[in-house]
Amino acid sequence: MRWTHWINFPVLTIMIWSGMLIYWANDEYSITIFGHTFVRFFPEWYYKLLHIPSHLAEGMAFHFLFMWFFTLNGFFYVLYSIISGEWRYLLPNKQSFKEAWQVLLHDLRIRKTAPPQGKYNAAQRIAYTAIIIMGLGSVITGLAIYKPVQFYWLTWMCGGYHLARIWHFVLTICYVLFFLVHIIQVILAGWNNFRAVVSGFEVVNEQPQPAVKTTKENEEA
Amino acid sequence: MKKPKEELTTDQKIRRRTFISFGLFGLYAAGAYGAWRWLYKSPDEPLTVTGGAHKPLRKALNKTEIFFRRLTFNENHLVKTYPKEMAAKNVRHNSDIGSEGVLPPEKWNLQVTKKNGQVMQISLDQIKEIPKTELVFDFKCVEGWDQIQHWAGARFADFIKHFGLDEEAKLDYVGLETPDKQYYVGIDMPSALHPQTILAYEMNDKPLQGKHGQPLRLIIPVKYGIKNLKRIGSMNFSNTRPRDYWAEQGYDYYSGL
Repeated sequence: MRWTHWINFPVLTIMIWSGMLIYWANDEYSITIFGHTFVRFFPEWYYKLLHIPSHLAEGMAFHFLFMWFFTLNGFFYVLYSIISGEWRYLLPNKQSFKEAWQVLLHDLRIRKTAPPQGKYNAAQRIAYTAIIIMGLGSVITGLAIYKPVQFYWLTWMCGGYHLARIWHFVLTICYVLFFLVHIIQVILAGWNNFRAVVSGFEVVNEQPQPAVKTTKENEEA
Repeated sequence: MKKPKEELTTDQKIRRRTFISFGLFGLYAAGAYGAWRWLYKSPDEPLTVTGGAHKPLRKALNKTEIFFRRLTFNENHLVKTYPKEMAAKNVRHNSDIGSEGVLPPEKWNLQVTKKNGQVMQISLDQIKEIPKTELVFDFKCVEGWDQIQHWAGARFADFIKHFGLDEEAKLDYVGLETPDKQYYVGIDMPSALHPQTILAYEMNDKPLQGKHGQPLRLIIPVKYGIKNLKRIGSMNFSNTRPRDYWAEQGYDYYSGL
């Protein structure tokens, strides 16, 4: 988990960056409701700040190399989760959706108590499973716009070439939002939690339990 | 005398393991950053039929091409077609390098260089003798836009048969250039022989006009727009990659869809 996490971080960063180099060449997306444009992807100053314009070819070259690392890394993560049984802690279960709401209220300081949790709480289960599905979604929509003739069935599944490109873009925006919340949560969770993701161990302070005394009745039985 | 090793306290163990872990993590981060700098600063490839890309990235593009060509290319995979009514009336075009102005069809010939060096001069009327193939499909530009367009002309595979170029079609690539040699593309033969690849002379039921590459242009739905050469002047065949305008500027040579 740790390994794939820390491989994914730089790889995804490069994918998003090179993706923006590609997107720039046809930057037609914006959020417009009833004729009013709220957000335009992206404003001119943003492009200038990140030196994005006129690097389409370079962006594609990087994107089509790092797509391999992104996909393979995701594949190994899923494989590991299945073989190690880690998926049991990660997949949401029946109560997760109800509990996730409670976790959300608790995190927003609206509710005083959080529901009991295992290694991951219900909201984490949903978020960490969703991010894997999103990763798969990026690979599928990516392939759909990369080889729309050869993978015509994938493109069809995504609602056509035009829509597939939009999905691919929306997923990227969702990664950025995930990242922001993720970083806030990591900071709030503190040092011990962060160390665990780097080193693989967590420090748990436990009060020594009194040893169970054997009684005569037990010995006789 | 060796000092007997003292048991480490739990706190010491934690500190030690944290130190080692973060040391390795730091090394990994530095290594990753170093690898990135190396790749980002890597020199451009020397200019051959391709150019303008970082050397390692060009290598990756070529390897990726082989992977996808072997795994996915199938001439039976057809681009989706649409009813004529859906085709755009105002057809988008990006550039007219090599196809500026008007070239009257009667002053134009397609020059086909055969394997034995013989050059054929083919007129538009001769090409029109080949049964016409119509195609309404979603044209895709490398920039990211797409548009449903209606084209018609001679299927490239029919053209090969009609003019007895079967021997030439056994070679790996076909090269196309504009009459003034300003714009040129190289196409792998399987893509060229794809049943939806056409030498188009009509758009929206009318002879090609204006900036759309009159009198004859390539329409190849298994490639991005950059490979759909306008105003074809000459055609040649080879087993090596013919020169390619955009591949010289850092784009993938294959650019297949």
